[in-house]
Amino acid sequence: MAWEMKTDRPIYIQIVERLKMRIVSGEYPPGSKIPSVRDLAAEAGVNPNTMQKALGDLEREGLLHTQRTNGKTVTEDEQLIGKMLDSIAVEETEIYLTKLEGLGMDAGDGVNLVQRVAGSKSKYDTGEL
Amino acid sequence: MSLIVECRDLTKCYTNGRPAVANLNLTLESGRIIGLLGPNGSGKTTLIKMINGLLIPTSGEVLIEGQKPGTQSKAIISYLPERTYLEAQRTVEDIINFFDDFYEDFRPERAYDMIASLGIEKNARLKTLSKGTKEKIQLILVMSRDARLFILDEPIAGVDPAARDYIIRTIISNYNPDASVLICTHLISDVENILDDVIFLRSGNVVLRAGVDEIREKVGKTVDQYFREVFAC
Repeated sequence: MAWEMKTDRPIYIQIVERLKMRIVSGEYPPGSKIPSVRDLAAEAGVNPNTMQKALGDLEREGLLHTQRTNGKTVTEDEQLIGKMLDSIAVEETEIYLTKLEGLGMDAGDGVNLVQRVAGSKSKYDTGEL
Repeated sequence: MSLIVECRDLTKCYTNGRPAVANLNLTLESGRIIGLLGPNGSGKTTLIKMINGLLIPTSGEVLIEGQKPGTQSKAIISYLPERTYLEAQRTVEDIINFFDDFYEDFRPERAYDMIASLGIEKNARLKTLSKGTKEKIQLILVMSRDARLFILDEPIAGVDPAARDYIIRTIISNYNPDASVLICTHLISDVENILDDVIFLRSGNVVLRAGVDEIREKVGKTVDQYFREVFAC
């Protein structure tokens, strides 16, 4: 099944975001080899040139390295990966805050909501309810 | 990147009325997957048939690697027509042998690999297979050549969404940076993620040539949405 693409944004930017998630989440661990351009393109259902462009972006950001004979590997710089994780988390939080604003709420309400919902979620997880 | 196709003031008039293709200028380079898009009657199939040497231009010319269409151009272009020409009585294996005889750049092992991955019996006669399976076989044959240019006229019309995914994956995984793929279709949203560029045709002429991400960036729309806007009836 091809990756789902949001309609109006450039495809390569959406691919960059997907691959970053795979790196920061540890699906592609530091130092590991990632699949070939062709395999990734086939998996995502996108043009190999577009996939190549996205990988080039990640390389410029230092998240990927090209091994001369052995394809591309994830950086071993865990600090850099940590920084990337933090910036994605900040971005997601900003999106959440904007949505709260739309509901007439502020960050304080958000904190309360997060605690309340996270609390009830863990109850589900432990099967207490 | 090298030039594969060049159309110069290409025009085709059928016996009556306005030209199907009118003074069209177009170049296709290697290493690209290009969508040829346009409403019904915009000249897509006429253009494709001229590139393949199946129609003679009324005026102007089309050059394939600098030469007029002929035996040489047919050796480097792999063409999937909108309708099948395979004989229904023959078996899958027969047809693979036929292609192997016919085209020097045909790679039977690639065809057998894909046939096997789909679980198609090679002894099956074509007439016993479903429409979707026949279309997949036809595409497999076309994509099993080491051609310089693949021209696919409506490769995904008439098959279910899962088969479409298979066909699109087949096109991607056979992609070769020295070759180009020209895909002509109405089902834009299904193919736009695999395209580098799109060409919009209207009344036999190119009205737009742009990169897919360029359109998304500039217009903030998918190619499918943009097409609907440009060609609104």
